[in-house]
Amino acid sequence: MNVVITLLVVAPLVAAGLNMALWRRVKVQQIVGSSVLTAMLIGSLALLRHVTTHDPVVVELGAWSAPLGIVLVADVFSAMLLVVAMATLLAVFVYAVGQPRADKGAFYFHSLYLILATGVAGSFLAGDLFNLFVGIEITLTSSYVLITLGGRKEQVRSGMTYVIINLLASTLLLVSIGLTYAATGTVNMADAAQKLDLIPNGVHQGIGALMLIAFGLKAAIFPLFFWLPDSYPTAPVTVTAVFAGLLTKIGMYGIIRTQTLMFPMEGNSLMLLLGLAGATMVVGAIGALAQNDMKRLLSFSIVSQIGYILFGLGINTSIGVAGAIFFLLHQIPVKTSLFLVAGLVETVSGSASLDKVSGLMRRSPFTAAMFALSGLSLIGLPPLSGFFGKLALVEAGISSRNWTVTALSLVVSLLTLMYLTKVWSQMFWGEPSQPEQIRLGDGRVFELPDRAPRMMNAATLGLVGVTLVLAVAVEPIWSMCTQASAELLDPQFYIQAVLGS
Amino acid sequence: MIIVVAVLVGVLFATGIFLILQRTLTRIILGLTTMSNGVSMLLMLSGGRAGAAPFTDRQTSGVRLADPMPQAMVLTAIVINFAMVSFLLAMAYRSMSLTGADEVEDDLEDRRIALGERVEEIYEEIAPDLVEERDQ
Repeated sequence: MNVVITLLVVAPLVAAGLNMALWRRVKVQQIVGSSVLTAMLIGSLALLRHVTTHDPVVVELGAWSAPLGIVLVADVFSAMLLVVAMATLLAVFVYAVGQPRADKGAFYFHSLYLILATGVAGSFLAGDLFNLFVGIEITLTSSYVLITLGGRKEQVRSGMTYVIINLLASTLLLVSIGLTYAATGTVNMADAAQKLDLIPNGVHQGIGALMLIAFGLKAAIFPLFFWLPDSYPTAPVTVTAVFAGLLTKIGMYGIIRTQTLMFPMEGNSLMLLLGLAGATMVVGAIGALAQNDMKRLLSFSIVSQIGYILFGLGINTSIGVAGAIFFLLHQIPVKTSLFLVAGLVETVSGSASLDKVSGLMRRSPFTAAMFALSGLSLIGLPPLSGFFGKLALVEAGISSRNWTVTALSLVVSLLTLMYLTKVWSQMFWGEPSQPEQIRLGDGRVFELPDRAPRMMNAATLGLVGVTLVLAVAVEPIWSMCTQASAELLDPQFYIQAVLGS
Repeated sequence: MIIVVAVLVGVLFATGIFLILQRTLTRIILGLTTMSNGVSMLLMLSGGRAGAAPFTDRQTSGVRLADPMPQAMVLTAIVINFAMVSFLLAMAYRSMSLTGADEVEDDLEDRRIALGERVEEIYEEIAPDLVEERDQ
């Protein structure tokens, strides 16, 4: 397993370099990229199988043992996230390959995408804070380039906001890592978890709060979410889809990992977390209701759904954290597939604005079906995957007597239904609208196709399939989630796995 | 000495945050640079008192050593920051050549939604001929 873990981080980076060398040959780049991502998916599946039955896998790089050396750690929590993340990355890559653009291979898209994959794997597997920071930084750096790919005016405008906010968040994260090191003399998470207990409580809580703010900015929790709906919608749709599914979730991974392991919360700080969760859910959903563009609406929806994950973490019982993990797993493919559907809509009608597009159900029934499936899953209609996540969260909320937030989460489900109904009734029902005409330079009019290329449809279908698998195989997946939550809530387990007893 | 550096970190952060709150892109970039310098100083501080060497040879053993770990982290942070600032500068230049201004722009769609129904009235007020042309 050690080789698999190391390869998960190294292989995409090597492939990215190879792709850069092959910059002229788009076809080869596509083959290299998709085969590496497939291999990573298989590797992470094998890893998941291993860690559910054995202890967490700890790889000591260069045979320097922890806490002095750098370690990569895979427990059930990170292995599960890796599997879903890799499936999503693969699906979006296939989608990007299928896009009907002449310039799709330009600007090193494929290389950047693989570097993003490196960063994602690196941050999920990092065993120390500084490498977690580096993993996130790798992801973000390639995302800065991806979000401004093409350099159109509005992309530069929104990209600027995105880059500045994320640099600020990275600065804060680095400050909190520096303070952790100053307080404990280590950045290894397991080692720091032990030593943080020995320092004064105020300092401990202060560092924890700073880290929560830094990750909270990246995860877009209330009140730190304003940058997200502003910057996501302008990027190319494949890029937005990956961002929607993965980037905020890495921030969420950071919050869950550090807060359970190093800064276990109790009493008032849990109430604060629940308050933030409630506000995130409500504000995101209300923001989504006001939007007139499908991509903007979905961006607000990302914020709203982040609140649910925070809600599960705030309850802090075994079932609550398990619910948060399941919800996290469900959000990654669902959000991504909704954005891919927005991309399909753009391909067949030239716009994703609710005012301009209507009657798509007749023109493109497949797109409508994909939207319906992932939308209903987002709302949480049984028997789709969102239902099981919400069921667990609500059950945890009721059994821990957090009535207000639980009630809020149910109200927000209704709001989710409302804003998705808005999309459905304006975009998919009604008279088919005339697709927007694109005038070419020589005066000819470019006719948009009636259906998106097969590969794009297949990729969307595949990702919707992942959410269906989450729903169908809910029994084993839920038992993995409870296993992961038990491991997270017992910091000693992680500490012993990394440092030995 | 530590107090002086700690105060310096505070000053760098305060200046950085003040600059980030401006509307001019170059000032924002300067602010980020200032702040990341503050972070580097803070990381250095976490290694303990200043003045000791990070490594020595065998002859001078027993000398007080500085912690080399924060210095390695500072190095990484500086490299990351250098790349980021050059990227930001390139983007600011691109933004200037596209819009002709060195400013953070408003999100138009955001404004439109915030104005809601009133947007039509405003259109008619500022450009009645364009509205007429569109309605025909």
